[in-house]
Amino acid sequence: MTGSLQRSYFSVRRVAAMVLRYFYLLRGSIARIVELAYWPTMQMLIWGFMSQFLYEHSEWFVRAGGVLIAAVLLWDVMFRSNIGVSISFLEEMWSRNLGQLFASPLRPYEWALSLLTISAIRTMIGILPAALLAIPLYHFSIFEMGFPLIAFFLNLLIFGAAVGLAVSGLVLRCGLGAESLAWAVIFAIAPLSGIYYPISTLPNWLQPIAYALPSSHVFEGMRAASIEGIFLADRFVWSITLNILYLILGLCAFLYAFRVARHRGQLLQMGE
Amino acid sequence: MAIEAIKVHDLSKHFGEIIAVNNLSFDVMQGEICALLGGNGAGKTTTISMLLGLLIPSSGAINVLGSNMLLDRYRVLPRINFSSPYVDLPKRLTARENLMVYAKLYGVNNPKKRVESLSSDLVIDQFLDRPFGELSSGQKTRVSLAKSLLNNPDLLFLDEPTASLDPDTADWIRSYLIRYQRNYGATILLASHNMAEVERMCDNVVMMRDGSIVDRASPKALLTKYGRNNLEEVFLDIARGHTKNGEVQMGDSQ
Repeated sequence: MTGSLQRSYFSVRRVAAMVLRYFYLLRGSIARIVELAYWPTMQMLIWGFMSQFLYEHSEWFVRAGGVLIAAVLLWDVMFRSNIGVSISFLEEMWSRNLGQLFASPLRPYEWALSLLTISAIRTMIGILPAALLAIPLYHFSIFEMGFPLIAFFLNLLIFGAAVGLAVSGLVLRCGLGAESLAWAVIFAIAPLSGIYYPISTLPNWLQPIAYALPSSHVFEGMRAASIEGIFLADRFVWSITLNILYLILGLCAFLYAFRVARHRGQLLQMGE
Repeated sequence: MAIEAIKVHDLSKHFGEIIAVNNLSFDVMQGEICALLGGNGAGKTTTISMLLGLLIPSSGAINVLGSNMLLDRYRVLPRINFSSPYVDLPKRLTARENLMVYAKLYGVNNPKKRVESLSSDLVIDQFLDRPFGELSSGQKTRVSLAKSLLNNPDLLFLDEPTASLDPDTADWIRSYLIRYQRNYGATILLASHNMAEVERMCDNVVMMRDGSIVDRASPKALLTKYGRNNLEEVFLDIARGHTKNGEVQMGDSQ
C-alpha cells in the first residue's frame, strides 16, 4: 500500500503532508486568517500616521520618507516568521499529536522544514495586506525598494524562523509551562535590532552584541536603502552569514530537544 | 519456519530512580496476535513506546521486522502503525483531513481512495467531515483505528483498541482486526484490559507486573496453568502476586 518501503532520508512528500496539515488548520478558521493580517495592519496604521506627523515636524523625516513604515513592516516579517514556527509547533503539543507523528516515517528535520515553510506562508498572508494598504494611505510602497527588499525579507524570515526553532526546542525540553517563551523571546531581540533607530544609538558596550544579530544588519541596510537609496552589500553578507549560523544553531537546539524528549518519554505525554 | 516480527532482548527503561521496564525479553512471531497484559503501571505503554521508537531504552535490544529499532527505525516505520485512545489526532482538523495527512506521511499511493475505502470498511464515513475534536470517544477510536490501517501495516500496535466502544461496535472491531490479520498475515501486539477480548483474539499473552514479565503463554495454557476458568481470574492472580488457584506467593503480603 505504501509507495516506497525503502528508508528515505528526506521526503518532499512528507514535508508537503505536514504543510497540508497546517494549511487545513488555517483554512478551517476565517478568524485565524483575519487575525494574521489584523495585527500587522494595525501596527502599520499607527506608525504610518506617526510618520506623517513626524514628516511635518522633522527635517530628518522629510529625507527619511517611509522609513518607519518600512521598519514596522520588516519587523513584522521577523515577528510573524518567529510566531509562525512556534505556533505551528505548539499546535502539535496542544493536540497531543507528537506520538502519532513520530511513530510515522516523518523525520524531525522534515517537520522543522514544514514549520519553516508554513511560517513563510503565514508571514506573507500577514504582511501583504498591510504593505498594500500603505500605498493608498501613505503613498509609500515598500515594493519600490526592489532587490534589497527581497534580501531584507528573506533574512528576517530566516532569522525569525531560526529563533522560533530554538524556542520550540526549549518548549519541548521544558514543557508547555514554558509556552509563553514562544511570544516573549523575539521581543528581547527587538531593542538590539535597531528597528526604529540606528545601532549607533545603543550604548557602546551593547553595539557588538547588536551586530551579532542578523536583524541589526538588515535594519541598518533598510535605512540606507530608504534614506540614501543605496544597497549596503557588506551588511547583506553579514546578515546572511549570521543567519546561516543561527539557523544551524536553531535546528541543532530543536533536534537536541527532540532527542531528549525521546529519552524522557515526552512525545507520548506532552499536551494540554 | 516462523520468523520473529518482534524480538526484544534485555530491554530496560529507567526514569531516574524509577524502573519502568526491567530486563524484558520476548518474541512475537510474524502473523501472531499477542497481548501485553498487566495492571496500571506494569510497563505496557512504556514497552510499546520503545517498540515504536518513541522512547529510547536505557539498555537492551529491539528488533522489529528484521531491523534494529534503535539504529534503523526509519526503515521499519513505513511498515508499522499504531492506535491508542490516549494519543490524539489534531482536534480542529476533520477526520478526513487527519486521515489524508497521515496517508501522505506514510507514503500511501492514492490516499484519497484509501481513506474512502477504510472509511467505508470502518463505517466512519458519516462523520468523516466533522472536526475530530467534536467526535464521541467511540467515533474517535474508530478514526484512530482507520489511521492505524492506512498503510496496511505488517505490524500493528494497538493500545486498548476497543476502549470507549459499545459492546456491539467493539465486537465488530475485533472481528475486523482478526480478518485483517488473516487477510494480510499481519502481526498485532495489543495492550488491553479487556480479558474477553484477549481470550478471543490472541494467540499468546505476555503478562507484566512492575516492569517485568511474570508469565507468557497462550490464553488456554494460562487457564490450565493457573487452574482458572477465564483470563480475568488469571490476570487478578498475577496482578496481586498470587500463583496457581489463588495461593499467595511467598513474601507477598496479600
